[in-house]
Amino acid sequence: MEKLIKITSTCVPLNIENVDTDQIIPARFLKATDKKGFGENLFRDWRYDKNMQPIPDFPLNQKQYAGSILVAGKNFGSGSSREHAAWALGDYGFKVVISSYFADIFKNNALNNGILPVQISEKLLEVIFEKISQNPKLELEVDLPLQKMSIPFFGLYEFFEIDSYKKQCLLEGLDDIDYLLNSKNEIEAFEIKHVDYTANQIA
Amino acid sequence: MKTIFEKIWEKHSIKKIPDGPEVLYIDRHLIHEVTSPQAFDGLRARGIRVFRPEKTFATADHNVPTMGEVSDPLSKIQLATLENNCAEFGISHFGLGHENNGVVHIIGPELGLTLPGTTIVCGDSHTATHGAFGAIAFGIGTSEVEMVLSTQCLLQTKPKTMRINVNGKLNNGVTAKDIILYIIAQLGTGGGTGYFIEYAGSTIEALSMEERMTVCNMSIEMGSRGGLVAPDQITFEYIKGRKFAPKEQAFNDAVNQWKQLSSDSDATFDKEYTFDAAKIGTMITYGTNPGMGIQLNDNIPTALKFSDESEKNGLRKALQYMDFKEGESMLGKKIDFVFIGSCTNGRIEDLRVAAEQVKGKQKAEHVTAWIVPGSHRVRIQAEEEGLIAIFKAAGIEVRQPGCSACLAMNDDKVPAGKYCVSTSNRNFQGRQGPGSRTLLASPKLAAAAAVAGKIVYPL
Repeated sequence: MEKLIKITSTCVPLNIENVDTDQIIPARFLKATDKKGFGENLFRDWRYDKNMQPIPDFPLNQKQYAGSILVAGKNFGSGSSREHAAWALGDYGFKVVISSYFADIFKNNALNNGILPVQISEKLLEVIFEKISQNPKLELEVDLPLQKMSIPFFGLYEFFEIDSYKKQCLLEGLDDIDYLLNSKNEIEAFEIKHVDYTANQIA
Repeated sequence: MKTIFEKIWEKHSIKKIPDGPEVLYIDRHLIHEVTSPQAFDGLRARGIRVFRPEKTFATADHNVPTMGEVSDPLSKIQLATLENNCAEFGISHFGLGHENNGVVHIIGPELGLTLPGTTIVCGDSHTATHGAFGAIAFGIGTSEVEMVLSTQCLLQTKPKTMRINVNGKLNNGVTAKDIILYIIAQLGTGGGTGYFIEYAGSTIEALSMEERMTVCNMSIEMGSRGGLVAPDQITFEYIKGRKFAPKEQAFNDAVNQWKQLSSDSDATFDKEYTFDAAKIGTMITYGTNPGMGIQLNDNIPTALKFSDESEKNGLRKALQYMDFKEGESMLGKKIDFVFIGSCTNGRIEDLRVAAEQVKGKQKAEHVTAWIVPGSHRVRIQAEEEGLIAIFKAAGIEVRQPGCSACLAMNDDKVPAGKYCVSTSNRNFQGRQGPGSRTLLASPKLAAAAAVAGKIVYPL
């Protein structure tokens, strides 16, 4: 996993609430057996019409918006557990998603792929949407060591939460599997005293 | 003074990382073709084997055709990849045509793989279904599938606890699907985020196992990764004699253990809601998330009902997509498709209810109606009970098991602009095919709509 420390970038504003994973990547694009290339189909049905023409008022199609930060409305990533949603965002080039609320499974999936979900207040989220619509070139800054999200030009900022284990993982580019593989002895010791009612039933 | 959730969690927690997640042991792991291939690639890249292959079971469901052979080349590759991965790593695989094949959340309980007091995960958000047995069951992403394959463990932050009580007798014709659609409409799609739910109360206790599964299945539609019901005699009787369930003395011993699984009377929950069963009516959704549901005798809300500007916009956008108007009734709305199936409502009791509605009648001419049994066993049982004959006589197509039109990964798609009354769990934009419009409802209402060709009160 790639390390993530500090991101300073312009952003793409997606001022829509309850963006579900079926919108992030529709199910018909989940047929690949590897993790690459999903960015092409990110927000596919919002980005393109049925004749594959870009829909002009969708932010990803608006030239003024670009960058490695996606700013989205409340409750981002609800619905399906498909990690393809995180792969699609990463493949497209997003490293950070800012919202006032994230669905649980999406949050884990993002973190497991080196994408940082930054939860901020609804008030600041509103301010960001407003400032970006006035000036699409405005830069946002996400500083993981300080757990701080800011709009440097206006001197506005807020601190965000992340548990210190996950923070360390992102800073060092380590994943959970590395940690678990190193815990094998403890897992085996646990298994000896753990009851499994079906163990002897399975052929 | 512990909740049932805490009791099961603590039995499976190996250790806690300071200011971090816990190492949680997983008893049962279910996999399918869509969310597992990259996890197996991960194992190969690390040069490791599956740690406990006997604890993982695979089925092909999301991407399978429900008519004829697999024709789509990408689906073919994905199904073959699952089969090859299972063979390479020594995992039981219930592929197409296997007697145990079916939708992953239908076959787990059916085969007795789903048991009280266990931890169960699957790379699918509707894993919550298995919570009906008093298990901690939740959906995971593919990186987490790789963790379970490689170590039989997950790193998880312990969620907060929520209890949802439903008390009293249900009104005539009101089903388990109506209960859960009602609860989601009350709490909203994010109301359960960060919580693990326990469903309790006299209404829940009176439900059959299959009805409890319908309720638990949709926990994720409120944002909760899981929801469970404390096991009782109804649970034990359902499990008894199932293929992989403990037998004879082992079963009796297990039941004695399982009887301990309930929340202590003085246990506290981080959040608690109580609903009166008498207030729940037949439900249907009108919008583009499962929280946008109303009772049939209510009207679609108007934007005035919401104080928040973004909620008003959310409603307007949803109604624009659905081509409905604020304040109008859903009764009498013409529909084009009916889909009865999925991990929410693809079990034998669902098919019985649907058959009762259509017996001796014909589906409306303009309606395309599909019944997709949740598994081969369900299909065989429906055949034996004469249900399939009833559906066929009514002009309704009965297909082979699979996830089908619930997420439209295969050819079972609803065309753009068409309305589908669906017994599945999500009405997101394009969920049943690009531009499709989904109305979530119970099998009872869906079957009645197939006959009437429009939204009507079921008999």
